[in-house]
Amino acid sequence: MNAFRENLFRDLTPEIEKTSRSWYFLFAGFLAIFLLGLYGLYHQIDKGHIVTGMRDNVVWGVYIVNFIFFMGLSYAGALVSGALHLFKTPWRAPVIRLAELITVISLAIGPFFIFFCIGRLERIPYLLIFPRIQSPIVWDVIAILTDIFGCVIFLYVSFIEDFAKLRDREDLQVAPWKKKMYKILAMGYQGTEKQHRLLSFSRNVMAAMIIAIAIIVYSVLAWIFGVTLQPGWHSTIFGPYFVIAAIFSGVGLLIVLMAIFRKIYNLEKYITLKHFVNMGIVLFVIAAFFGYFTFSDYLTKWYGSVKMDKILIDKLFTEFRTYFIFANYIGILTPIIIIAIPRLRTIRNITIAALIALLALWVNRYIIIVPTLETPFLPIQDIRHDWRFYSPTWVEWSLTAAGVAVFGMLFMIISKLAPIISISEMEEAEERENLKLKEQVK
Amino acid sequence: MKGKKKENSSRRRFLRNIGLGLGSAAIISTPALAGAGDDSESGETLKLLTPEGKLVEVSKSVVREAKKKTKEQIKISYAGLPHRKFVMVIDLAKCKNARKCVDACQEGHMLPKDHEWIKLYLMQDSEQTAKYWFPKPCYHCDSPLCVSVCPVGATYKREDGIVLVDSKRCIGCKFCMTACPYSARVFHWKDPEAHVPDGHVYNPELNIPPVEGTVGKCVFCADKLRNNELPRCVKACPMGVIYFGDLTEDAVTNGVETLRFSSLMVDRHGYRHMEELGTMPTVYYLPPVGRTYPVELGFEDLDPSITDRYKDEPVTKSKKK
Repeated sequence: MNAFRENLFRDLTPEIEKTSRSWYFLFAGFLAIFLLGLYGLYHQIDKGHIVTGMRDNVVWGVYIVNFIFFMGLSYAGALVSGALHLFKTPWRAPVIRLAELITVISLAIGPFFIFFCIGRLERIPYLLIFPRIQSPIVWDVIAILTDIFGCVIFLYVSFIEDFAKLRDREDLQVAPWKKKMYKILAMGYQGTEKQHRLLSFSRNVMAAMIIAIAIIVYSVLAWIFGVTLQPGWHSTIFGPYFVIAAIFSGVGLLIVLMAIFRKIYNLEKYITLKHFVNMGIVLFVIAAFFGYFTFSDYLTKWYGSVKMDKILIDKLFTEFRTYFIFANYIGILTPIIIIAIPRLRTIRNITIAALIALLALWVNRYIIIVPTLETPFLPIQDIRHDWRFYSPTWVEWSLTAAGVAVFGMLFMIISKLAPIISISEMEEAEERENLKLKEQVK
Repeated sequence: MKGKKKENSSRRRFLRNIGLGLGSAAIISTPALAGAGDDSESGETLKLLTPEGKLVEVSKSVVREAKKKTKEQIKISYAGLPHRKFVMVIDLAKCKNARKCVDACQEGHMLPKDHEWIKLYLMQDSEQTAKYWFPKPCYHCDSPLCVSVCPVGATYKREDGIVLVDSKRCIGCKFCMTACPYSARVFHWKDPEAHVPDGHVYNPELNIPPVEGTVGKCVFCADKLRNNELPRCVKACPMGVIYFGDLTEDAVTNGVETLRFSSLMVDRHGYRHMEELGTMPTVYYLPPVGRTYPVELGFEDLDPSITDRYKDEPVTKSKKK
């Protein structure tokens, strides 16, 4: 029993005491990408938004795509971890911490893309000083702030037990400030019955709340587009459609991260095929829903042939055909086929399917935003010839890459400070297993 | 009732003044006596109405422009002109893409190249119907989506129907640009590099200087209206395409002729663009019936950079065939 716990601790906190060379290399790589993004941002602030591909018709480009994408990942992480926790899913232990981390880390990155997109960065406080409640952007500001609070609290309460464990280990070889930090963050948790009861109660409450918040907040984000009259956006389905899309991308990312962590931290013992198949089935169900929503959204637009819808659909089927096929056929059908056929359910296949789903979702966002803005009600005319259509510039790509790099960096930093898989969850799972065994023996 | 009549007569005065510039008696309540202090020729006098209602005569040389602070100017711009409802009528039969309206607008508001508040479309509603030139300012909608979606109140609808943008408040989120179904709004993608005269006080009604990273759009020349003058585009149009007026007075003028708005709508079958969107524009169009100039004339004497803008349009292409 104790040996199990000792091993568990060593396996799940690989970077806390020592730092491997590969950690430094990887971190340096991410840092370089991040610095490139920083240079791009400096360039944009210096020269103005003229250095982006955005112009008077396509006023929102890759930045907004990234914003929706990262926020979607965050909400999905919240939904998945909340649901796994609330429904006491027996196999959740090694997965739930990853989902929680996705939630908070994506949430820390997403809003920055709004800042990049805004013309006057220094006036951001105006959103809080002069808010007008009838604007969906203000709804979104309120929603995201609520979400940040909710997610951070949810993540924190799930960490308390692990912080207490780190604090109680006398032999932990870490800097004194870290020991102090664990002591403060553990908030005097001693594992008494009352404390345990209170903690698990607050975790349940936060899990339930975070599910509700995630659904509401992502719908609000969808309504930013839905409330306008633009062809392709002015759709009643957008709220639920965005929520489903978010879960789809989030589950995809979770599976990809499971595969990465399993590999680099040698967690083969803890994250097994069973977890991939279970998450794969979630991905399958969500892919089916997402495909259904996508189909019904485009079918009604295509069949009815209102002039503007027709122009938009024509654009999607010609100019954006490759994107459309990748996002809405390959991205949806690959996970469905791979999970549906039991023979294909290997860790590698499921990871590939998840990666495709993840990328397809990004492209799906792109072809929701850009083609609509390229088909305004009045035709694009009397504008500089090279300003008519959108193509992202290196500045936008560098900042996009920086977003991904920061995602990696934050994961790496957290892996230095706390267990990447919840130790307390794993121990509980172990205890449950033992109880079951004992009962069977009886 | 009596009070209303009085108001009506004051509104009529507006029409008399419109197009003629300042009338015989300037009204002192205008925030700035534009240009009054410029020529200090001795001997010339100016009749002014004091707030007490007294008509006084002063030497022109002593009159100085009353300067107000930016904050005050912005506050004034919120209210709009009382008891007015401005309206624009564009006669599509007369437009030949002379682009004088665009030039006047650019110059008047110190706008940089490639940031135009008026756009000229070469329209063709369907394959078998006629082509026509279609000038498009901001429609100053009565149900403006741009105003609804602005998160910081930088764009607002006034009592007199005008929608303004306060570029000192605008954060540049561009939500209004995606919300506007008429693409009426444009963005300052780079530093506009406008050389503002010394001592100029910012006022959303004129919107000088333009600010990088904010949204701009046609303001119906609210500054001119306050001085009882016609908007710049109306005055600049050599064809008399654009009529401007006040709905409460039921009259519009293009600077040459003044017409009754309601009869113009009935006789010439006026309409609003894309009525079905429910935004209720205050800009009306007269259909291009009995065109004065052939459409092709619109391509003559254009700057090559402007001709370039139309080269790939399907409408233009079919012309070449």
